[in-house]
Amino acid sequence: MKNIFFFIRRYFGFLSFLLLQIAAIILLSNASKTHEAFFSAALNEATGDLNHRYSNLHSYFSLKETNRQLAEENARLRNMLAANFQAPDSSRKAVTDTTLRDTLGHYRKYTYLPARVIGNTVTLQTNFITLERGTLQGVKKGMAVIGPDGIVGVVVEASNNISRVMSLLHRNSKVSAMLKKDNYAGSIEWDGVNPYYLQLKNVSKSAKVNKGDTVLTSNYSANFPSHLMIGTVAAISADPSSNFYLIKVKTATNFFNLQYVNVIANARYAEQTALENTPSKNP
Amino acid sequence: MSSLVRNIIRYVLFILLQVFILNEVPPLHQFIVPYIYFLFIIWLPFNINRLFLMVLAFVFGLTLDAFTGTPGLHAAPCVLIAFIRPVLLGLLIPQETTEQSYAEPSVKSMGLAPYSLYVVILTFVHHFYLVLIEWLQFGNFIYFLGKVAGTTAVSLLLIALAEMLFPRKRRYKTNAA
Repeated sequence: MKNIFFFIRRYFGFLSFLLLQIAAIILLSNASKTHEAFFSAALNEATGDLNHRYSNLHSYFSLKETNRQLAEENARLRNMLAANFQAPDSSRKAVTDTTLRDTLGHYRKYTYLPARVIGNTVTLQTNFITLERGTLQGVKKGMAVIGPDGIVGVVVEASNNISRVMSLLHRNSKVSAMLKKDNYAGSIEWDGVNPYYLQLKNVSKSAKVNKGDTVLTSNYSANFPSHLMIGTVAAISADPSSNFYLIKVKTATNFFNLQYVNVIANARYAEQTALENTPSKNP
Repeated sequence: MSSLVRNIIRYVLFILLQVFILNEVPPLHQFIVPYIYFLFIIWLPFNINRLFLMVLAFVFGLTLDAFTGTPGLHAAPCVLIAFIRPVLLGLLIPQETTEQSYAEPSVKSMGLAPYSLYVVILTFVHHFYLVLIEWLQFGNFIYFLGKVAGTTAVSLLLIALAEMLFPRKRRYKTNAA
């Protein structure tokens, strides 16, 4: 017994070093699980507050660019107004009601919630964006986030007033995508090299891809609505060891000057993910 | 200004500098990430308790992690350099009474060559371990080597600049103290 105490006393420094190292590694390896505990409401609000102050200062420098983006988005949305289209058939429904469900059985699936960006990194391997909108304002974990030019990421945690978004520029980010031309699906990932370019993987070699083709979100995603802009094809290489292309995609979103984004709430998200995550009964 | 107050101010400033300035720098290359926050640990006083130093480094690393969203990623290398620091200082400090007359490691208190060696080794160890953890999560070997080299070089440059901008010369401990 005496020897044990002697041992502990002698190697006290080293043992406490090991203890702290193990604590750090455990925190890191359970990152997805500890995330919520680690960024518990209080801490999140504290860093969020600092980020907010910084963002207030920072936003003045990109006012012009934000303005341009908003004006462009406005113009694009105006062009999509139902009033611009001549309906050939009077039975066609031109306006979607804002209620959740109307008498014809149309229901609202997606709701767009605007949010201000108060924290953003692009230089790390794991980049997150902080938004000033939380669970009290309707943001939930798993919701999709789009910017004025294209998709931005997915909400990974939300406290009362602040939420944190896993940016597309995150090594673990994965979004289902497709080529606009022939609807071949693949997945968008990031290789950590260049914040202007993403990787489109798992696109079959039978797809006809050209440089400059548009890449959109696919129908297969639970959180992203389909046909949202992701980017354009910048380079194509065929992976000789598999049947898939490896496509370099220039992001439509400029991650360097994000100011305002929209969080997309899918009314059927919980239902879809619950069903998809249930193990199939048939062998 | 007492040593405690000075170090508290440094703690806050280094975190803010790293989070709001260096992490916002547009990336020149994937290997080049400017890190300087760990200079806080390098500059801590000589006479700090070893256990306290490690706990402080752990908390300091976690503070940065709170901003970058990676629990433990920066805390682990910080604890490692805090563990190595006393050993390294024991080896590098001239065996005279310099330790008594200066409060913290600097060019003036240790001499240019030992101090540079001290900074280079701790910087390298910090980045080696940090990138190693990143590499184990994702990435390839070239990425690992390139990023350790690139990041270390940039950090050393920044530290050299910091040393020139803020020469910490007048750190005599008076005999009365």
